[in-house]
Amino acid sequence: MSFAFAVCATLSVAGALGMLLSKRAVHSALFIALTMINLAVLYLQLSAPFLGMVQIIVYTGAVMMLFLFVLMIVGVDSSDSLTETLKGQRIASIVVAVGLGFLLTSSIGSAVISTENSLDATFAGGNVQAIANLMFGKYVLALEVTAALLVTAAVGAMVLAHRERINPKLSQREQQQARFVDYALTGKHPGPLPPSGVYARHNAVDTPALLPDGSIAANSVPAPLQARGSIRDITESDNQRVIDLSEGNVVIERGEDGRN
Amino acid sequence: MFNLIALESIHSVVSSEVATGVFAKMWLLIALPLMGAIVLLLGGNRTNSFGPLLAVGLPIASFSFAVYLWIELLALSTQSRSQNLVLFEWINIGSFQVPFGLQLDPLSISFVLLITGVGSLIHIYSLGYMDHDLGKRRFFGYLNLFVAAMLLLVLADNYLLLYVGWEGVGLASYLLIGYYQHKPSAAAAAKKAFVVNRVGDVGLSLAIMLMFLAFHTVTFAGISDKAEQGSATALFLIGLFLLIGAAGKSAQVPLQSWLLDAMEGPTPVSALIHAATMVTAGVYLIVRSNSIYDLSIAAQNAVIVVGVVTLLAGAVIGIAKDDIKKALAASTMSQIGYMVLAAGLGPIGYVYAIMHLLTHGFFKAGMFLGAGSVMHAMNDEVDMRKYGALRKVMLLTFSTFFVGYLAILGIPPFAGFYSKDLIIEAAFDRSLIAGFATLLGAGVTAFYMSRLVLMTFFSNKRWEDDAHPHESPLTMTVPMVILAIGSVGSGFLLTFNDSLKKWLAPVTGYQTPEPPIAVPILIAMTLITVAAGVAIAVMLYWRQVASTAPNDVSIFTKAARKDLYGDAINEAVFMRGGQKVVSATKVFDNSVVEGFVQFISRLTLGISNLVRSSQTGYTRNYALAMLLGVALMLLLAAIVRL
Amino acid sequence: MDVTNYVILSSILFSIGAVGVLVRRNAIVMFMSIELMLNAANLAFVAFARANGNFDGQVVAFFVMVVAAAEVVIGLAIIMAIFRTRKTASIDEASLLRA
Repeated sequence: MSFAFAVCATLSVAGALGMLLSKRAVHSALFIALTMINLAVLYLQLSAPFLGMVQIIVYTGAVMMLFLFVLMIVGVDSSDSLTETLKGQRIASIVVAVGLGFLLTSSIGSAVISTENSLDATFAGGNVQAIANLMFGKYVLALEVTAALLVTAAVGAMVLAHRERINPKLSQREQQQARFVDYALTGKHPGPLPPSGVYARHNAVDTPALLPDGSIAANSVPAPLQARGSIRDITESDNQRVIDLSEGNVVIERGEDGRN
Repeated sequence: MFNLIALESIHSVVSSEVATGVFAKMWLLIALPLMGAIVLLLGGNRTNSFGPLLAVGLPIASFSFAVYLWIELLALSTQSRSQNLVLFEWINIGSFQVPFGLQLDPLSISFVLLITGVGSLIHIYSLGYMDHDLGKRRFFGYLNLFVAAMLLLVLADNYLLLYVGWEGVGLASYLLIGYYQHKPSAAAAAKKAFVVNRVGDVGLSLAIMLMFLAFHTVTFAGISDKAEQGSATALFLIGLFLLIGAAGKSAQVPLQSWLLDAMEGPTPVSALIHAATMVTAGVYLIVRSNSIYDLSIAAQNAVIVVGVVTLLAGAVIGIAKDDIKKALAASTMSQIGYMVLAAGLGPIGYVYAIMHLLTHGFFKAGMFLGAGSVMHAMNDEVDMRKYGALRKVMLLTFSTFFVGYLAILGIPPFAGFYSKDLIIEAAFDRSLIAGFATLLGAGVTAFYMSRLVLMTFFSNKRWEDDAHPHESPLTMTVPMVILAIGSVGSGFLLTFNDSLKKWLAPVTGYQTPEPPIAVPILIAMTLITVAAGVAIAVMLYWRQVASTAPNDVSIFTKAARKDLYGDAINEAVFMRGGQKVVSATKVFDNSVVEGFVQFISRLTLGISNLVRSSQTGYTRNYALAMLLGVALMLLLAAIVRL
Repeated sequence: MDVTNYVILSSILFSIGAVGVLVRRNAIVMFMSIELMLNAANLAFVAFARANGNFDGQVVAFFVMVVAAAEVVIGLAIIMAIFRTRKTASIDEASLLRA
């Protein structure tokens, strides 16, 4: 057993167990990515450089990213409860899976596998050429069928993810009309919301805009920030400073980089 | 009688010839009345006006044609008198081949003449008798159907086609007994006749099946050819089953119970179907199956026993009946017992059976028509205790009836004397017991017939207040007169120069009886017995008859009034037994069969409920089951490899 | 070089994947577990290819990857569709087959 195998095997099992035990789906995804990268290394060790690269690019790159995308859509924050709701499911699952693993390892352990075969000697043209030779020769029919499958899968995914538009798309004119109807009925302001306050010192969306009398303009800070309570306070000193500035009593201090 | 001895014994010679010329038209015999039945029964009320006349005309046409055929047949040589006409191939399944074939030979033409002749007379009589009946058309339709079916029965050249006619007459009989649909008793009687006849029919069908099994044919000619190859058991069983069939149709013990109830039908029906023709079909069947019975003495003995028992039972029942039609029906039973007995005697008896059948057809039909005429006059009253002294008001009816009475008694030279005495002689030839039974039967017959005649036409008036007896119309009296002439002359004609014997012998075979007692002595004994019977009756019924039946009677009279407990036995053994079997079967069905079915369903339900709990709907449970399956397969593979 | 170790590693990963499918309720995590099982199978294929001295195993592993990619696309699309209607990715919620 080589050192590289020992490391990769340990890491991949650790990744698999991490996936199994993480509460959050995102963590599971990251753990399984770990496992897959380690598997890629193992492929390289087994004289399969092409598959190793494909493993990294397709699995770790494409498939796992797809998983993450879906997780983002479904809700990245959601964490699963790991308590089992189905009676006996967990115990039975573990018993059966352990039994299966035992059966697999024991049967394979008892099998005689000839080990002294060098793939390099079998095909001198290189791994990729060897695989290409088989894929476009012996397995060409399977390749074509797989191609058809991929096309079908792409179309299927589009069909499944597609949603029919239920309401007609509103034109700009209709949107404006709706806004003014809304204004007439509820008094909701038809124009854009007030922008956040912009000051020399604080140039950020969490700063509320001030009305001429110095009070805070409502809705000038985005609702999520308000909900989170992360609105920057406007203190009396700030107001005084504004007054001073307007009266020319205060000289603007230059920063080191020439900006405030 | 003395000249009979001169005739040699004759074996039956059956060699059918393909019918040609006028014989190829013999199907018309059946087709004419069948057409009548179809027109009347399917034509509905629009045939009301001409239907009855058409229905009377067709049997007459059939009779005329039959007479013509008979004359043609007489012209042929003895050997070629069996004319066979295959109309079409009826059943053709592998080795089971049955033609739709008709056979006209001396035996069947005798029946055809009797059926169409007496049938025509009774059709004419019915015109008068049923004049006021609203359902006249239906009645005549049924009557024509009966004639057609009966002709098919006697003209068929194989047992299966005979069976069709057999069932046809059974149907017609059922319909006609139940003709008075508004009377529950008529409906019950019809049903009874139908059910009892089915028992006999099963016997006949079993006989036919056995014939096919044993001989691979059901044609008369085929059976006749191959009968000698049959085993004794097969022949006996066939004979026995045929006897059961014959007993059902001919009201012989133990299937006699329906005939007396069958008198619920209109009187012409009783005369035609239940006296002259249909009930004699059993005799025809036995005589027609002579090739079977000739080879099985055991079967013959069974026939003789049935005949003897019935002739005595019928006679005893006849003594106790006050209903004129039932008394006559009991007499019919008894007389057919004579015929069956004769038919059971083998070649010595066949001819006499047929002869008695023909003469009986005349005198019994005549007496039934006479009884009908009396009833017609007495507001459909059938109780003889309400009659009395009718000879004065109904002279013609009385005369014809009296001729029939003398004929059935066997007073020379009336018809019954010839035929019945011959049967007594033949019976003595076979066994003394049978001989004395016939002798006793003759005496009892004399008694109850005298009783009937005395109670009806003599003694004191016991009429109901509103009874105004009168002579019947011409349509009724003319047939009675013709039948009376037949009752006088037929016996002599049939025996003169051995005409019937010579005529039938080629079909049935013939053997001269040699009774152990000299024939003249036998005749004398018979006449003395008959005279004794008459004398006792005269003593009892000449002067005064009670208008209600006495109750303080002997146990024998009570038994006779109850038809010798025939119905009670049937009820106790078959009905109650059947009910027990049915309820036992029901219990078995409810507990065992139903229980088993219920068990299966409960088991299925239980397993389903068990399995249902595994159907949680959770994908992960299913996945677990799948993985478990994979693991188990792997384990199995590992175990096998180890 | 002994490929037995690789195959045993493959069995272990496969079993862990199986447990993941059976015990995790989140459909996406279940999917990841299935991917893990497929990867374990791939590892076994590659190891056997090495042992047999030919490339057929590698080609099959490649096909497995392609099919797995297609499967992921469809599977995730289905999960999205379910999430849209049920507002949850829990596989236990989709238990309409319950008897």
